[in-house]
Amino acid sequence: MGVVLETVELTKYFGVVKAADGISVRVEEGELVGIIGPNGSGKTTFLNLITGYVRPARGSIWYRGKDITGLSPRVVTRMGIARSFQIPQLYGGLTVLENMLVALAIRAGRSGEFWRPLQEDARLEEAMQTLSEFGLEGAAAQGVSSLAEGERKLLDVALSFALKPRLLLLDEPTSGVSVKDKFEVMDRLVRVLKSSGVTTVFVEHDLDVVMRYAERVLVFQEGRVIADGPPGIVLSDAEVKSAIVGTG
Amino acid sequence: MQWAIVLLLAIVAPLLPGWTVFLLSVALAKALVVLGIGLLMRGGLVSFGHGMYYAAGAYGVAFAMKLMGIREALVLAVLGLVAGGLLASVLGMLLARYRGLFFAMLNLALSMMVYGALLKFYWVTGGTDGMAVRQATFGGFVPPAGLLRVAYFYLSLGVVAIVVSMAHRLVRSPMGYLLRALRDNEVRVNYMGGWVEQTIYRVYVLSGGLAGLGGSLVVLNVGHAVPDFAYWSQSGEFVFVALFGGYGHVLGPLSGSILFEFVRSYAYKVSPYTWQLLLGAMLALVILFLPEGLWSLVERRMARRDRWGWSWRPSS
Ligand SMILES: Nc1ncnc2c1ncn2[C@@H]1O[C@H](COP(=O)(O)OP(=O)(O)OP(=O)(O)O)[C@@H](O)[C@H]1O
Ligand SMILES: [Mg+2]
Repeated sequence: MGVVLETVELTKYFGVVKAADGISVRVEEGELVGIIGPNGSGKTTFLNLITGYVRPARGSIWYRGKDITGLSPRVVTRMGIARSFQIPQLYGGLTVLENMLVALAIRAGRSGEFWRPLQEDARLEEAMQTLSEFGLEGAAAQGVSSLAEGERKLLDVALSFALKPRLLLLDEPTSGVSVKDKFEVMDRLVRVLKSSGVTTVFVEHDLDVVMRYAERVLVFQEGRVIADGPPGIVLSDAEVKSAIVGTG
Repeated sequence: MQWAIVLLLAIVAPLLPGWTVFLLSVALAKALVVLGIGLLMRGGLVSFGHGMYYAAGAYGVAFAMKLMGIREALVLAVLGLVAGGLLASVLGMLLARYRGLFFAMLNLALSMMVYGALLKFYWVTGGTDGMAVRQATFGGFVPPAGLLRVAYFYLSLGVVAIVVSMAHRLVRSPMGYLLRALRDNEVRVNYMGGWVEQTIYRVYVLSGGLAGLGGSLVVLNVGHAVPDFAYWSQSGEFVFVALFGGYGHVLGPLSGSILFEFVRSYAYKVSPYTWQLLLGAMLALVILFLPEGLWSLVERRMARRDRWGWSWRPSS
């Protein structure tokens, strides 16, 4: 089991807000790690730092033994780190299928190709295959702007998954999903993730979801990791509970 | 579809009066510029300076004739393409980093510099007088006077047919889709590992090349390269026509350009002082009622018949 991701003393303040305050975390190959914490505790910032969207003021980020601190999102993604977003980031003028096809073309390094159609048979097949793994095959021909929020969220995850990353970072994958569908969506998601074996870090607000699916949980508070361990142990800790429930 | 139109134009052209053939040739050549601008617009980028590449093509032809004695029409057209593309490949390195209003205005600013240079270095460029361009040859032959117009027309038509079908492939290719994708969401393109600047740069160079190609064909037809080719109102006209015809489909610029040239010259004849009024009103109507351009009228019909083949707009 190798270390996929290691952050060392990651620090980033926005003015006086401590969005990251010395975060040192290590993620092993194949892990499914949940991140929980109240609003504004720096969860999204942590993902932004890893993927190069935000530069740390101090500290470093290591991916599979390489220092990736300061690299751009494009380069980081090319190296095998994909992410989904708290607010889905889609191509609003394209259909669900076209969104997926674009992801596949970029992954294959074919985005500069101008002679052959995007909708090649092999690519179409893989696109439909991936969409159906996420239960989105029925919406393939739909424009993404007409999707329900939960579906947009799922597509956003599916797009990052389609890049075949070695490390997948998901920012609240079920936040737009209704409470009653939440577990169904997570069941499906975790099944797909587990069968692919991709190392995954997911941010989640819902304690029950983290409890049920994460193998390990990191608790964030004011830019620091205040607890790290198996959910059963960590989440029964009184201090952690008050941190999450108290402010969140 | 595009071949049917090409065939139709090819057959009727020799039967039309000379000035109509001339007008058509110019409209076709300008459609190439508009097509290039339309490609950029698909990426959400509007250039108000493509007149400079248009001028680069025109002056490229004039210099190639004057200094190198090249007279072969097709060679001159290719030189126009290269001249526009080369200038765009230099300026594109700067421009590919900008978006929105900055991109539009930087293009404008650079084109004004080109315009100024064409005036300033008059001992080379002829200043406001411009440079005369002699008759071109076709395979070494000079067409007889009566057939020259038609020969130029077929040259333009042939070039347009090739370019339009290549553009049609491009917009359906991964690169064409990436262009639309980055217009929608640049952050996501980065987070897929796609290279936004590189794509914009390539399309920008292509659009510059097409503008140069258009400029070279126009100058062969009109026989005169003048600084006005690079003037901002010329650049604005290209954007106007792109909106008018619609850039959502490769045939939009073509139909828009032809209609524009004819309306302009007819309206000018009928009423020399109000033709801008008429054109303005037409564009306003198109923007209000056909926001995707004139060609979207045709497309709507086609869409019912053939869902995937022709439309490249989302099916929503
Ligand atoms: N680009 C930015 N500029 C200024 N402040 C920022 C920026 N990004 C984040 N912040 C601030 O940093 C703090 C942490 O934000 P972050 O989005 O990481 O929290 P979070 O844990 O993801 O919260 P939520 O649960 O609401 O998604 C917040 O106070 C936020 O306002
Ligand atoms: Mg967040």
